Amino acid sequence: MNAPVLQVDSLHIHYQTLAGMVKAVNGVSFNLYKGERLGLVGESGSGKSTTALAIIRMLEGPARIIDGAINLSGTNLLALSDDEMRAVRFDRVSMVPQGAMNSLNPVMRIREQIRDIYEAHGKLPKRSELDGKIAHLLTRVGLKPEVAGMFPHELSGGMKQRVCIAMAIALQPQVILADEPTSALDVVVQRQVMETLGNVQQELGAAVILVGHDMGLMAQFVDRIGVMYAGRLVELASVEQIFKAPQHPYTQQLIGSIPNLEQKKLFKGIPGTAPSLLDPPSGCPFHPRCSEAFEPCTLDVPPLRETAPSCWVACHLYEKVVSHDHPA
Amino acid sequence: MTILLEANHAGKTFTTGGFFKRSEAYALRDFSLAIDDEKPIVTAIAGESGSGKTTLARLLLGVIAPSIGTVRYKGVDVHTMKRDQWREFRQDVQAIYQDPFEVYNPFYRVDHVLTTPVAKFKLARNAAEAQELIESTLNKVGLRPEETLGRYPHQLSGGQRQRIMIARALLLRPKIIIADEPVSMVDASLRATILESLLKLHEEFGISLIYITHDLTTAYQLCRDINILYRGAVVETGDVEQVIKQPQHPYTQLLVGSIPLPDPNRRWGDETVDQARRADVPDTGCLFADRCPWLMPACQNAPPPLYQTSPARATACYVYEDEAKATTKSEAEAVLSGEVS
Repeated sequence: MNAPVLQVDSLHIHYQTLAGMVKAVNGVSFNLYKGERLGLVGESGSGKSTTALAIIRMLEGPARIIDGAINLSGTNLLALSDDEMRAVRFDRVSMVPQGAMNSLNPVMRIREQIRDIYEAHGKLPKRSELDGKIAHLLTRVGLKPEVAGMFPHELSGGMKQRVCIAMAIALQPQVILADEPTSALDVVVQRQVMETLGNVQQELGAAVILVGHDMGLMAQFVDRIGVMYAGRLVELASVEQIFKAPQHPYTQQLIGSIPNLEQKKLFKGIPGTAPSLLDPPSGCPFHPRCSEAFEPCTLDVPPLRETAPSCWVACHLYEKVVSHDHPA
Repeated sequence: MTILLEANHAGKTFTTGGFFKRSEAYALRDFSLAIDDEKPIVTAIAGESGSGKTTLARLLLGVIAPSIGTVRYKGVDVHTMKRDQWREFRQDVQAIYQDPFEVYNPFYRVDHVLTTPVAKFKLARNAAEAQELIESTLNKVGLRPEETLGRYPHQLSGGQRQRIMIARALLLRPKIIIADEPVSMVDASLRATILESLLKLHEEFGISLIYITHDLTTAYQLCRDINILYRGAVVETGDVEQVIKQPQHPYTQLLVGSIPLPDPNRRWGDETVDQARRADVPDTGCLFADRCPWLMPACQNAPPPLYQTSPARATACYVYEDEAKATTKSEAEAVLSGEVS
């Protein structure tokens, strides 16, 4: 593949709480290539949203980036000042948030909210061109130009989510982060919104990171999947590989727990619960729930290793087939 | 054979607007269902947000009164029940709600939601017996009592909390459980476990299950029958295999076609889903007419009845009028109650 637009390198994020340090992200590294769609999956608390928020530097309050680097085509985002980062948001990396209903300003018309983006980045077009530009933006996400004059409460959930997509692509960023963009929508609208996001992403040639836990949606949308568990990437491979031949025991159980429409069978959940991030288990974080755990699993954290071309797994079971040690 | 819970052409309208612009919004139209004591059912009510799913649950639970039609339990209208009948109804018909976070009072230990029904319905003679009953019920839903009792809600995961709610429902030895989106707020890996515990209740204790959801995949896995709701009306009903595998109503087809299948080799087709509602279609006929690809003149005049298109399925669409003879009232009800399948 071509050169990566985004490189995340051994990212560590901790949350300071009264009970102690919550180790939310523990050494996540991956590359995102131009025009690629990458999915980050995992159960709640696996660190997938925290990773996405770190990329756009929107972590707040108790969260602290302890270590690591985030490189957006040559710029280390973690080294930027707040003002410099403000200029990068929307312009080079943007986010489609989870709850579109809560991310739009209820007392501003859509036109004003889109105008704000241009203005904040000093890219406000001439008054005569602005309306046409906004209308074009809305048409691209499948909305009528009249939506510009409306308030958020006049729009349905799916329409609001499309407005958020329109805002995210207004300045043609290289990377779009989408954190469960359709979790509040029903299936028909979900499909429409995802197709809209896919179309504009292709037109722009931007890369997308889709964060979520709906494996069905991942199968429909992304090219590669990164599976997260307890703040670590445990597997990173193409979507076909993940669904056809998952390697990590957690991924295998995750795939096994997906209900399908092929046949009626009792699908199995994953036994046990996710580990506490305050006091994570020693060694591989999955070993207490893993049916194939053996001695080294309780002692050492397995690094992410390439076991087959472009197929990365962090599991002691695959120790012997190691070829490289640095994630792609 | 006794009919336990029975909805008879039940509907609910809500009045919206104020003094000047008063209008009626139909949340549910003409819904019928009957649950037989001897033939427990597992039925799904599926539809998008705003299709009337939760209104239906609240009607069946007796929380709200129907605007038209009736909801009866053992032949008695739920809203004119005497005190002891109401008490029996409240014990026999149990609810499991969507949000396992909001149903708990954060100041009480989780034991509270289990000891209260035991005391209220006098399920045990003394404290030791109550404790034993609670512990055995927790075991039945796959929880270890020593890990759950004595804790506060925030100390438990969403999946554990939801299973305590199932245990609470089971404690009362109900005949019917109405579960309103019980897994939508739970992690995907735990969904299977929770649905498994629900299905076990049906298989082991003969409890009828009404599973309300927007997720057709879990409905297919869990249920025998399904009712697809669109804007408050049942558009297709019957055997889940037939409805999901060969959907007949254009809305069901749209819904099934939009399910994100967990298979990267079978992605959504290239055809874009028509979102725009045609404004020129009057609201007098079929509710789906303004989005329907098969729109015919007949669709705009009156809403279509449920046509019996096969012994185990009925579809409310004029396209199937010739294929199937129009159902008589009793036949339609038989399908709705799952008797045919």
